[in-house]
Amino acid sequence: MNPNRDHYPKGEALHRSLSRRYRSASIWQTLFFSALVIAILSLAALLYNVVDGAFGYVAFEYKNDPSEFTSKALDDLNKQELLDILTTNLSSGAFKKLDNEKAMEKRSKSDLYTLVLERLIQIDTKQTWSMTDSIFRSSEIKAEVAKKYPDAKLEFRSWLTPVFLTTPMSSKAEFAGVRTAILGSLWMVGIAILFALPIGTGAAIYLQEYASKNFLNRVIQTNINNLAGVPSIVYGMLGLAIFVRALEPFTSGSMFGVTDSNGRTILSAGLTMGTLVLPLIIINAQEAIKAVPDSLRQAAFGVGATRWQTVWHHVLPNALPGILTGSILAVSRAIGETAPLIVVGASTFISLDPEGPFSKFTALPIQIYQWTTRAQSEFHSIAASAIIVLLILLLSLNATAVLLRNRVQRKY
Amino acid sequence: MENIQTPEYAIETKNLFIFYGSFPAVSEVNMRIEKQKVTAIIGPSGCGKSTLLRAFNRMNDFVPSSYVTGEILLQGQNLYGKDIDPVEVRRKIGMVFQKPNPFPKSIYENISWGAKINGFKGNMDELVEQSLRGAALWEEVKDKLKKSAYELSGGQQQRLCIARTIAIQPEIILMDEPASALDPISTLRIEELMQELKQNYTIIIVTHNMQQAARVSDYTAMMMLEKDGSRSGTVIEFSETKKIFTNPKDKRTEDYVTGRFG
Amino acid sequence: MKQENTIMENKIFRPLDLKKKMRPAESIIQSLLFISGVLSIFITVAIVYELGKEALLFFNNPDVTFAKFFGTTQWQPGIGLFGIWPLVTSTLVTSFIAMFVSLPLGLAAALFLSEYASPKARSALKPILEILAGIPTVVYGYFALLFMTPLLQKIFGDGVEVYNMLSAGIVMGIMILPLISSMSEDALSAVPRALREGAYAMGATKFETSIQVVLPAALSGIGAALIIGISRAVGETMIVAVAAGSGPNFTFNPFKAAETMTGHIARISGGDLSYNSIDYNSLFAIALMLFLVTLVLNLISQGIINRFRQRYE
Ligand SMILES: Nc1ncnc2c1ncn2[C@@H]1O[C@H](COP(=O)(O)OP(=O)(O)OP(=O)(O)O)[C@@H](O)[C@H]1O
Ligand SMILES: [Mg+2]
Repeated sequence: MNPNRDHYPKGEALHRSLSRRYRSASIWQTLFFSALVIAILSLAALLYNVVDGAFGYVAFEYKNDPSEFTSKALDDLNKQELLDILTTNLSSGAFKKLDNEKAMEKRSKSDLYTLVLERLIQIDTKQTWSMTDSIFRSSEIKAEVAKKYPDAKLEFRSWLTPVFLTTPMSSKAEFAGVRTAILGSLWMVGIAILFALPIGTGAAIYLQEYASKNFLNRVIQTNINNLAGVPSIVYGMLGLAIFVRALEPFTSGSMFGVTDSNGRTILSAGLTMGTLVLPLIIINAQEAIKAVPDSLRQAAFGVGATRWQTVWHHVLPNALPGILTGSILAVSRAIGETAPLIVVGASTFISLDPEGPFSKFTALPIQIYQWTTRAQSEFHSIAASAIIVLLILLLSLNATAVLLRNRVQRKY
Repeated sequence: MENIQTPEYAIETKNLFIFYGSFPAVSEVNMRIEKQKVTAIIGPSGCGKSTLLRAFNRMNDFVPSSYVTGEILLQGQNLYGKDIDPVEVRRKIGMVFQKPNPFPKSIYENISWGAKINGFKGNMDELVEQSLRGAALWEEVKDKLKKSAYELSGGQQQRLCIARTIAIQPEIILMDEPASALDPISTLRIEELMQELKQNYTIIIVTHNMQQAARVSDYTAMMMLEKDGSRSGTVIEFSETKKIFTNPKDKRTEDYVTGRFG
Repeated sequence: MKQENTIMENKIFRPLDLKKKMRPAESIIQSLLFISGVLSIFITVAIVYELGKEALLFFNNPDVTFAKFFGTTQWQPGIGLFGIWPLVTSTLVTSFIAMFVSLPLGLAAALFLSEYASPKARSALKPILEILAGIPTVVYGYFALLFMTPLLQKIFGDGVEVYNMLSAGIVMGIMILPLISSMSEDALSAVPRALREGAYAMGATKFETSIQVVLPAALSGIGAALIIGISRAVGETMIVAVAAGSGPNFTFNPFKAAETMTGHIARISGGDLSYNSIDYNSLFAIALMLFLVTLVLNLISQGIINRFRQRYE
């Protein structure tokens, strides 16, 4: 056969055709990259949107003028003076109730200051503005406020404050905090992990170290992979049917003499969430166990160890960092999950700290959901603040997981 | 203007070193490969045969740590010169790999694809048939051109890879142990094929099979690790195959080709 | 001292015994581990049983007929309207929008990351996708309602309702993007090197190789990603609960509000729901449909991935 090279571009033509190919390649490459740019922009927009909502101008009026209670400016009062104002102006019943929740003398100055504002002066928020508007349209906003609410004060406010973290729920956005929600989330996640970690690790050990390749074990494996893809709201329905309803005597605590509760407790939520993260924990633990080199097992068997001795003394200690990393990821999943909690009946208005597994509860994402769906903009502001709290929590959890993972990687 | 070279050489290397990071896998290779001849590269495992072969069409570019010093000249142009486009180099110097690697497409598309991307203007059906005939595969596949290439046997797949290489009509075809994954009969067919192909192409083949080298090649390059303990490979002898196998200059070559090596 | 003695004794006096020994502790542990493993099956059975039981109660209700369920377009179980379509269409519309956003973007991102990005760029870009994947969906809900919807209203004018499927769908797409991208990237990088080299050796450019050789070879893996993505979109709750609307509405207009299956479950179960009402049962019927749809999608996707793996091993 005589190769006929005439049909291919040559010389100048070849150069031209090649540079055409390169040009279209670089256009497409730019397009591919722009997908990542869009992802980055979305993330930036999301974070910006949240921060934008958590700070900004707020126009409010005092229902009762501060001068009715004190001659000084409110900010100049010291702790004792604040306490005196509360003592003289609150009804004795209201004062006792607050005192019972936490002794008045022991409360911090900012706590008392908040009480004075909330209970006596009573703030009425008229309107809030986003951070961007507050910065760039400052004068317009001032003019607008002067016209629409002549009596109102305008203040640049950070909705995310230390007080926000430490105060319980309130029906007024200005005084609401996420304390009960954070505690509820922690309780719920604690129970979930307590339930899912041992069982999940056990299942992973079984599948990796004991299970032969028979039909049942293949079914188990496929089943676990599928459970990981079941929508979280379906887990919520399962929790509602089983934990809240069928196991009510147990989850409400009535079996243990607790009377004032139904099945919609922290325990039910924790178990539901535990069921939800179980497949995740199993799959991660399996990966961690898989990564332990086989030579280690052979060495242990070689000196006459039983299977469990091998697992307990050699496989597990080496897989532990990986298993922990997996559980941290499971924890962050559980902390952010909202839908199952709605279904199993997280309460939206709880101002008392949860006392134990049989308490009613609320959780951080539930609060975010509630506040986001309210119409008034001040609730959007505290939703944004709660989101920041949630994201910081998740970020620190994930940073821990990454650190752990890196330590494992260095080892082998 | 010193670029005008003696045209009888297909490829010439000058003081060629090939590095992986700081490790010189191949050192100081100076050879001139004749046009329209089969040149075999032989030598023990790990001495850098594949590395050298892959340097000829810049396949080593895909190993990020690798780089070369010295020159590889194709018609007087240094393949590693600053303004050289590796895509054009590979267009001129095709390669057949150790394990057959057809694309997961039909037999027909396996051949037409390379032609298409390289701007082929002629009759595609003709080209496919010609190439398959050239690779001695036509009779076996002419009725199933639309079938997946994965349905062919290993030997047929390898000939398909050769066919798709000759379809883009390069000047030189590199083959890295092209028959090592094949049975003796398929091997024989590929060897016969090489004899035909060298009428039109320059062929450089890496092989571990001494008989094969002796059978198919006109020239042989013997590679060895250098004696200085650097674990770097080099060409210790390069001449006509007849000479290498009957009257080698280097003692190590003699030991190797007669099986006394190591 | 004592220990040494026993070792000596063992050596000298114990006859060689290689028979199988009963190890009760080992057997107990093994059974416990086995039970942990089997529990996952129990969970699946429980889901099917509980959802099925309540769904059966729903379908056995004399007012509920298949003709009504699939033949009418209004869903108000409380007042005897049992047409499932408004919930299904809104689920389809939001999921379609989400896939329309996430598939091209996720695939493009994967192609860039696996074929073009330098190791340095990869390690800078991948965490961004991981952060996106780690953001709770309720936060995306906030983003959809308070950022995307106003933005869409600015672009498309007043036709866009405060709650609308478009905004929820787009944001859902952004949420699913990292999943699609990481699964596609896995599929692309599973394509053997030999195949790329084959293409390069014929004078293909990097772009031609990745689009015409690597991408088709990874297509089934990408299909698996697409299917998992759809399953995610169908099951996603919080974004649609916050931003898509709270009331069943039979419409295909993405600018309009319409409640999805998941959104409906979240809203109705969020209130105080009495256990033996038709409303309660109907939620389980919807959840069962969700479960079955996502199960089938997940199984298909897993099957594809397994086949894909075998091919290149
Ligand atoms: N991608 C790479 N990165 C780093 N070092 C490499 C790489 N590829 C090959 N090497 C090293 O370069 C040397 C030569 O390898 P090469 O594959 O060229 O040998 P070879 O002669 O083809 O061997 P064989 O006959 O076994 O195929 C070896 O020491 C090998 O370890
Ligand atoms: Mg080699």
